[in-house]
Amino acid sequence: MAFLGLDITWDSTLRNVILGSMILGLTSGVLGSFAVLRRQSLIGDALAHAALPGICLMFMFTSTRSSELLLLGGALSGLLGTIVLIAITRWSLVKEETALGIVLSVFFGFGILLLTRIQHSGDAGQSGLDRFIFGQAATILPRDVAVMGIVATVAIGLVVMMFKEFKIITFDPAYAASIGMRPGLFGAVLAGLLVLAVMIGLQTVGVILMVSLLIAPAVAARQWTNSLSAMVILAGVFGMVAGVAGSVTSSLVDRLPTGPMIVIAASIIVIVSLLFAPNRGVLSTYRSRRLRAARFKAELALADHHGVSRS
Amino acid sequence: MSRATTAEPFSTRQDAPSVIEVRDLTVAYNESPVLWDVDLDVQLGKATAIVGPNGAGKSTLLKAILGLVPIAAGATRVFGSELNSVRQRMAYIPQRGSVDWDFPTNALDVVTMGRYGRIGWFRRPGKADRAIAEECLAKVGMSQFAKRQISQLSGGQQQRVFLARALAQEADLYLMDEPFAGVDAVTERAIVQLLHDVRDAGKTVVAVHHDIESVTEYFDNVVLLNVRLIESGPVSQVFTEENLRRTYHPPSHPIGFNGQGSTLRAGSEMTPMEAMLR
Amino acid sequence: MSAPTIIMVTGALVGASCGLIGAFLVLRRLALMGDAISHSVLLGIVMVFAVTHSRSPLWMAIGAGAVGLLTVALVGWIQRTNLVKEDAAIGLVFPFLFAIGVFMISRFPTTVHIDVDAVLFGEIAYVPLYHLELFGRDLGVQAFWTLGTMLVIDLIFVAFLYKELKLSTFDAGFAAAIGMSPIVLHYMLMGAVSATTVVAFDAVGAVLVVAMLVVPAATAQLLTRRLPVVLVLSMTLGASSAVIGYYLARSINGSVAGAMATTLGLMFVFAYLFGPVQGMLAKLARRHRQRQDFLRELLISHVAAKPGGVSVESLDHDFGWAKSTTSRAIRDARSQNRLALDDNGMLTAQP
Repeated sequence: MAFLGLDITWDSTLRNVILGSMILGLTSGVLGSFAVLRRQSLIGDALAHAALPGICLMFMFTSTRSSELLLLGGALSGLLGTIVLIAITRWSLVKEETALGIVLSVFFGFGILLLTRIQHSGDAGQSGLDRFIFGQAATILPRDVAVMGIVATVAIGLVVMMFKEFKIITFDPAYAASIGMRPGLFGAVLAGLLVLAVMIGLQTVGVILMVSLLIAPAVAARQWTNSLSAMVILAGVFGMVAGVAGSVTSSLVDRLPTGPMIVIAASIIVIVSLLFAPNRGVLSTYRSRRLRAARFKAELALADHHGVSRS
Repeated sequence: MSRATTAEPFSTRQDAPSVIEVRDLTVAYNESPVLWDVDLDVQLGKATAIVGPNGAGKSTLLKAILGLVPIAAGATRVFGSELNSVRQRMAYIPQRGSVDWDFPTNALDVVTMGRYGRIGWFRRPGKADRAIAEECLAKVGMSQFAKRQISQLSGGQQQRVFLARALAQEADLYLMDEPFAGVDAVTERAIVQLLHDVRDAGKTVVAVHHDIESVTEYFDNVVLLNVRLIESGPVSQVFTEENLRRTYHPPSHPIGFNGQGSTLRAGSEMTPMEAMLR
Repeated sequence: MSAPTIIMVTGALVGASCGLIGAFLVLRRLALMGDAISHSVLLGIVMVFAVTHSRSPLWMAIGAGAVGLLTVALVGWIQRTNLVKEDAAIGLVFPFLFAIGVFMISRFPTTVHIDVDAVLFGEIAYVPLYHLELFGRDLGVQAFWTLGTMLVIDLIFVAFLYKELKLSTFDAGFAAAIGMSPIVLHYMLMGAVSATTVVAFDAVGAVLVVAMLVVPAATAQLLTRRLPVVLVLSMTLGASSAVIGYYLARSINGSVAGAMATTLGLMFVFAYLFGPVQGMLAKLARRHRQRQDFLRELLISHVAAKPGGVSVESLDHDFGWAKSTTSRAIRDARSQNRLALDDNGMLTAQP
């Protein structure tokens, strides 16, 4: 079919890729908003990297090829990584950034060890396990899309239901605790939803690039609004746009991998937002500062003039 | 440290009812005492100040009453009941520092959050809630800033917004942590007026207060605290030079801990404590 | 030299250089910046290759250094706009640069002939095969030369700027006040990190360089607080993870790089649990002792404050402790002769 004068083969693969990317963009935009506001953006990075050993172990135990089982394994080891992260930060002098670096690199390294072992053991079923590292959108099956859709619906449904709780525990946890809205409980739910968002995205963009989808749409959305609900919705939209743009371009042009294209699309959205958003954008701030400086100079000149005329 | 269930340790005295009862309260941070064996009653319908040097445990006392910190020994009681059943009746205004000012929210939105405790799970604030929020914002004189993002407000304006949030809870007890810190004179007068209005309406106010000079003018009762309770009661009786000296420059009461090989003084020059508590 | 030995020495060289330079990274709380740099240098490699068509380590190091510094600069610039928090800024920059790198590799496979897998995961197993040839003479394993040189450069860097690095790490304000420019030092350090990173790629690949940069240093800091010891320990742990990692990889039949990272993780866990001062076990024992002391003192103080003494039953009500906790505290106090218990169950303080 013709699209912008170019020829796309509209087949089921492309449809799956686009649908998968949209779901990915939507969920990571929505949940990434909270992660960014809670300053936990890079925990998503650690989560993604920590998923690899779980994926490999799941394969080693079940020899499955089903994405959802593998990702379930990933979710479990991702959760374990988060627990380890908390254990290190809370009970030792190691700072949070360092702990993140440790969890991220060690879990991922262990995952590579397992992955290479699987590859060297010559198991026929292992081909393609590495698709979770870089993402390989073309391997998304309709069934995968269905699972992603269901998980996304649950996740976003929970966000809608618990919106005010998430809002208040993110903004002012001490106050929230005082009125009985339990920051610990809802923080844990958010973390769990973040795990879900990461698992949804791994097949499309892979472990290494996942973090971008959690951060970029949310940061971009923040520049356009001062309302949390508008920000979350806009982040979801930006995520979807990046997902579609990335997957369509990668299918239009030869030899363009989907994952990186989605990330590039999302990054462009962020750059544009940071530069051109009204009120907050760099350009807008620059202009209003120059305006203020000019006005100030004019007032000074006026005062001078009056002063001179008086003397 | 596990706690056995306690039978009723509190008395209910009809003559001068206590909103807050504190019994043998000890709070520690890493085995260093922040509050030590504190016994205290807060009188209903009065404005009470909590006063003491840095590191005296004033904020911790509020947090312990609110159940926000673990307790090493003793107990607190509010309205004579279990804390979770009376949370609706308690409004907490924490110290201003810890909020994320770049959060996408405006003044009215913050005040509306004060209603969240009353709205059940999974429900949103309704028209009535929004009306109450607007009313409370008006009470603190911030109506024209309703849609302003909070980082664009001055220190005094921010404090008023948090005050309005507490008012929106329609609580009976107000617990404030240094409400006058870093606000301009006009805002300070406005807050004091509000405090007195609230008290005259029969509510109770408890505030950690940092300025000794204004205690007599602003408050009815005072609690002098320095890890231990020094003295508490009506300002006219308790707020004496002698008591103030005991609070701010106490003779040392060494509490020796063999394990650390250092003695911890409950009072003077709180440097180890300060470092820990800041 | 046998192939396994070569591999282990190579790994040890990587571990030592990364351990050394990474110590400062960790101390300055820049672990994640190191992670970011190790990803975005892919773009540096790609661009150098596109221009020079050579894989000479020198050019690679320069290209990586440039992109590494670009990453640091971009993150700093974004943070200064105050529109984005620090951690989010990092997570915006490096995936973007990395994605551009992958884009170029995929799109221009002839111009940019780089194997992304090799860059990311390294090919330490092939290291013995590449020898450095200069003027027609075989000078031995190439990796030894590149990594060895990098290690020497890092050592010289740290040795010459030791005072400056130490001061600006622990008190940047003071350092600036006495004329050391912390910013210049910062960029120099980041340059060293970038260069070390790319040189280590051949052996362990980009992602695992992060493990080498962060984990040995963090482990060392769990074991000691003295900077010179941290540096030496960090290098030693890094180097020994290569040896242990090699045997682990052999026995599991997996990649040496992955095994090295896993080994480092195990070392960290060991220090976290069993470290002499900061380890979990040591801390629990200490806390336990301190808690005993604390409860005993509280009890004595409470009893001393009540003139007639305190009954044991009312203690249970007042303090809310479990019975066993209360009895232990009483026992401690009595064994020190600071409390007395009479037959009626009343406790009194002894002078």
